[in-house]
Amino acid sequence: MWISLGATLLLPLMAWVLYLRSRPLLQTQDVVFLLTSASWHPLQGKFGFAPFLMGTLWVTTTGMVLAIPPSILTAVYLSEYAPARVRSFSAPMIDLLAGIPSVVYGVWGVLAVVPYIGHTVMPWAQKYLYFIPIFQSDNPTGFGILAGGIVLAVMVFPIIIAVAENVIHAVPQGLREASLALGATRWQTTKHIVLRRARSGVFAAVVLGFSRAFGETMAVLMVVGNIVQMPGSVFDAAYPLTALIANNYGEMMSIPLYDSALLGSALLLLLVVLGFSLLSRVVLIRFAQSAGEPV
Amino acid sequence: MRSAQIEERLFQALMLLSVFIVAGSLFLILLTIILRGLPALTVEMITRPPEGGYYLGKEGGILNAILGSLYLASGATLLALLLALPISIYLRIYGQRSRLSEIVRLAMDVLWGIPSIVYGAIAFTFMLWVGMRASLLGGILALAMLELPILVRGMDETLGSVPSALKEASYSLGATRLETTLRVVLRQSGPGLVTAVLLAFGRGIGDAASVLFTAGYTDHLPYSLLRPVASLPLAVFFQLATPYPAVQERAYTSALVLTLIVLAISLTSRYLSKGLLKHQIR
Repeated sequence: MWISLGATLLLPLMAWVLYLRSRPLLQTQDVVFLLTSASWHPLQGKFGFAPFLMGTLWVTTTGMVLAIPPSILTAVYLSEYAPARVRSFSAPMIDLLAGIPSVVYGVWGVLAVVPYIGHTVMPWAQKYLYFIPIFQSDNPTGFGILAGGIVLAVMVFPIIIAVAENVIHAVPQGLREASLALGATRWQTTKHIVLRRARSGVFAAVVLGFSRAFGETMAVLMVVGNIVQMPGSVFDAAYPLTALIANNYGEMMSIPLYDSALLGSALLLLLVVLGFSLLSRVVLIRFAQSAGEPV
Repeated sequence: MRSAQIEERLFQALMLLSVFIVAGSLFLILLTIILRGLPALTVEMITRPPEGGYYLGKEGGILNAILGSLYLASGATLLALLLALPISIYLRIYGQRSRLSEIVRLAMDVLWGIPSIVYGAIAFTFMLWVGMRASLLGGILALAMLELPILVRGMDETLGSVPSALKEASYSLGATRLETTLRVVLRQSGPGLVTAVLLAFGRGIGDAASVLFTAGYTDHLPYSLLRPVASLPLAVFFQLATPYPAVQERAYTSALVLTLIVLAISLTSRYLSKGLLKHQIR
């Protein structure tokens, strides 16, 4: 019991350590200013986090937009449509793929995704989609937000699919049969009955994928370009918070307040993940209550 | 009715497309890593540490990183297991449905989501405080923090799947909670526990961000807890960052070796848990 208590205290302890270490910076500058300023010049004592914050948001959003529809549809297919043989084969495959290290995804990104974007996707988008602002860019290298998003999407496929499929499959068979007996098609049953019943679990699966994508460091770092700027397009290079810490921590200790700024960004990451975990818990409880089931 | 059928067709097509996208991209990854990694895979590569001029494309291998990764992940898994086992036993046997166990579960869920780079940064900050340099021990500490929530989650789930009738039977024979835990619950959930441990080990061996500052990097084989140690993910990362194509080739090979190790762990856990399942009471 004492060990459990101690392990629980690990979380506040970590937040406290980070807060303590980032306090020197927070004392000199206002938090809101730090988060919204785009001016990042550590040598002059200017630490605007906005480019990194936006970098993280852009890459994570792109990744999730690409990942959510195919993984949920795949989970539905595996649970509702696929024969049992396919299911028994797919489950171990998904486990296997969830275990592949993130650097391997990064290597794949560098070898396959980046050149493909640079040579094919980017020229095509400039030709046909130039009128949409988020597709305009003058970065021809392929290293950028889209590459990071694709790598992230593929990384979280197995995570979302595994959880979502389990949840969807756990919906009682009788509900499906009742709906089918009323003459509903299979997809209507899935849409109105199965997914409705499983939505809180599917939501949890998406949050799980999100927190993995949000905090991913190495794979993103390798393909995203790492240029300090406010990105305006999916083809622009970006510099996410995680990459900021990975590239600079441990080396830049001689610049005043620099390590304080880096640990401040670690604190920011921790708080966002904490916020999302709590949010998903609240939503889960809400859903469960509205459905009249015990939590 | 007609539109319902069109919708049915449409979504079936979309689902098949999704399955194709998911399966295709994952297949592409494995194919890319194997095709690009195989050419430079030699016996020398996996049996020798880097030698003079290795990073210019000369002789040597990545044994330092392979051994380093195995040491790091084994140490971390052992350390995390020492904490995770009592915690999950508390969650399922002693503190079942207590307020504290709810809080512990929530804390573990949050810890599970915390990025590994944050663990790395915190562990390194702590190491600076006590005056420790980047070392095998530091890497083990950072990885153990990362693996703890993964282990607790997996083991909690496994212990929870033990039928309560089994526990009650044991209690009714006069066994204490400790005896029931050791002789009935742990034995019954053995395969699941092994799977959880191997899963955590796999996560640990593949994680780069948490060992980046804490374990450092070296060309020597690991020989002391207090010395820096190389690791496979960082070997991939650093070799890829060099400008020499011959060294980049080796980064692909290192990635292949890492993938093979992780796949081997995954298959072993599958095999072991199947073998042990035979002795389980259902």
